Amino acid sequence: MTAVLAVHDLHVAIGERGRAANVLRGASLEVGAGEVRGLVGESGAGKSMLGRAVLGLLPANAVIGGGTILFEGRDLLAMPEPERRGLLGRRIALIPQDPITSLNPVKRVGAQIAVTLRHHLALSKRAALERATELLAEVAIREPRRVLELYPHEISGGMRQRVLIAMAFACDPGLVIADEPTTALDVTVQRQVLQLVERLRQRHGAAVLFITHDLGVVAKICRTMTVLHAGRVLEEGETADVLARPRHPYTRALLAATPRADRPAEALRPVPPALIESLWSEAHRLDRLDVAGRA
Amino acid sequence: MRWGEIIRRLVLIPPTLFGVCVIVFVLLRVVPGDPIAMMIPPGASPADIDRLRAFYGLDQSILQQFITWLGQALTGNFGRSISLHQNVFELVLARLPATLELSLLATLIATALGVMVALTGVYVRGRRLEWAIDGGIGVFLAIPDFLWALILLLLFGVLIPLLPISGRIDPQLDVAFRTNFYLVESLLTGRLDVALALLQHMILPAVALALPFAALVARLLKASLAEAEDQDYAQIARARGFSRPAILWREVFPNALIPTVALGGVQVTLLLGGTVLVERIFSYEGIGNMAIDAVINRDFPLIQGLILTFAVLFIALNLAVDLLVRLLDPRLRHG
Repeated sequence: MTAVLAVHDLHVAIGERGRAANVLRGASLEVGAGEVRGLVGESGAGKSMLGRAVLGLLPANAVIGGGTILFEGRDLLAMPEPERRGLLGRRIALIPQDPITSLNPVKRVGAQIAVTLRHHLALSKRAALERATELLAEVAIREPRRVLELYPHEISGGMRQRVLIAMAFACDPGLVIADEPTTALDVTVQRQVLQLVERLRQRHGAAVLFITHDLGVVAKICRTMTVLHAGRVLEEGETADVLARPRHPYTRALLAATPRADRPAEALRPVPPALIESLWSEAHRLDRLDVAGRA
Repeated sequence: MRWGEIIRRLVLIPPTLFGVCVIVFVLLRVVPGDPIAMMIPPGASPADIDRLRAFYGLDQSILQQFITWLGQALTGNFGRSISLHQNVFELVLARLPATLELSLLATLIATALGVMVALTGVYVRGRRLEWAIDGGIGVFLAIPDFLWALILLLLFGVLIPLLPISGRIDPQLDVAFRTNFYLVESLLTGRLDVALALLQHMILPAVALALPFAALVARLLKASLAEAEDQDYAQIARARGFSRPAILWREVFPNALIPTVALGGVQVTLLLGGTVLVERIFSYEGIGNMAIDAVINRDFPLIQGLILTFAVLFIALNLAVDLLVRLLDPRLRHG
């Protein structure tokens, strides 16, 4: 399988030298063409940082300590800046977490969609607005022409998220990174947004890396999933397998902490760090054996 | 700001102006200094002095004087200047355009400078150059306009005599103007040589007025730019493949402009106040320069007229700033 995205052994530290926090400590994952992969973990596990590293959105005080991020076979970390900017927004897109703060408050919705289209596809202003109208219609916004003329504060949060989804798929990307896109929305809107992402993904043939802490969402839309803990991948596989037979105690704890209708949720059970460390190194050994076996 | 708010502000203008009138009127007459003493020739008899005092109505009570003055002012008659023997309204009207042109030029220079410095400063954020820029802004904020006027006068008028240092236009340049907006008129009628001569006279006082204000604009705008650049929408623009300069200019700047105009716009009043000393230093024939003469001569009617003019300018400016902010911020427009 050719991977659209292949992150390998990524190390990222944040903070001043000497007092840096290692947020990613050798994280690796792959997303195949058209695949929807869930990336889960508790707050601080490094899942958002991984997404940000791919998008070039790491904070100014972050240092990439090593590793590669291959997009369609080319290393994003090694390529020149202009080339990377040519991919971002066109081949790699983002659905951000907070629809309220993610749109520019002083620009009309239409202008905000059009600017990306004009930048990457060299469309004329009219053609870009025409395309923007189609995109809004695609995310089930009624009267798209009217909405193009509105400012972000004039539309609801759910509508803003749909506009952001339309923007993400605007240039037919190969990979969409969805960074907790449903967290800031209420439950009924959440479901609509998930359906929308799924529909646009299929239509545009994009792979999706779905970052979330909500295992329910993962179960619904992700075929595969990766569990991240303290900057490392603990477990990955088909979502159904991982959720039915979690191999790692941390994944089990995470599952038990998910609220469900049929039983009360547990607090996330702390898993002894030493246990995680030992299991992690064992998992890595197994990985390497696996690779060796295949070779 | 909603329309109701604007109406409320308009309604408040007359009482504000009335308050200004009362304060100025009373202060002028309570502080020492007698206009009559300034104009009598040596050896005038007490009878002559009393006659003169009665002629200008200064022998009446302050309240009586105020009522007389206000009654006339409401009909557009602001009295006659004691020292210049002319109608105050006409005197001020003839000089006001010179000050307006100078202030406008200074504001334009300050805005251009301030915007450039702020954009550069935020672009080099976190680097050592940012410290230098912040330091420079601090220095320029600390040096007042009249000091700049003297520095510039010595530098470009005396040391390296590049520019004229006094007046509004060369006396030998005989141009018939239809209005007193010399610069605007010469630009509109296409007389560029005249416009250039005017600008040569205006540039030093304008820069002197502009430098501290430019520093203020730079400081306000740089802080607003930095804050706006940290917002999600600006960060996300990076993930759409836009370069940092493009993001700063297109996404960040229109947002940062709103607080800068709201806070900095009203500070143009400081610049207007600065014209008093700077016009004096460059013998520029505006109302600021006129105000100093009026004070020296204890010319009560002229001082009152000039201060009222400044008050009207300040109020108009505040209103204009509010309207401009409304224009820049769609969230306020739709209230």
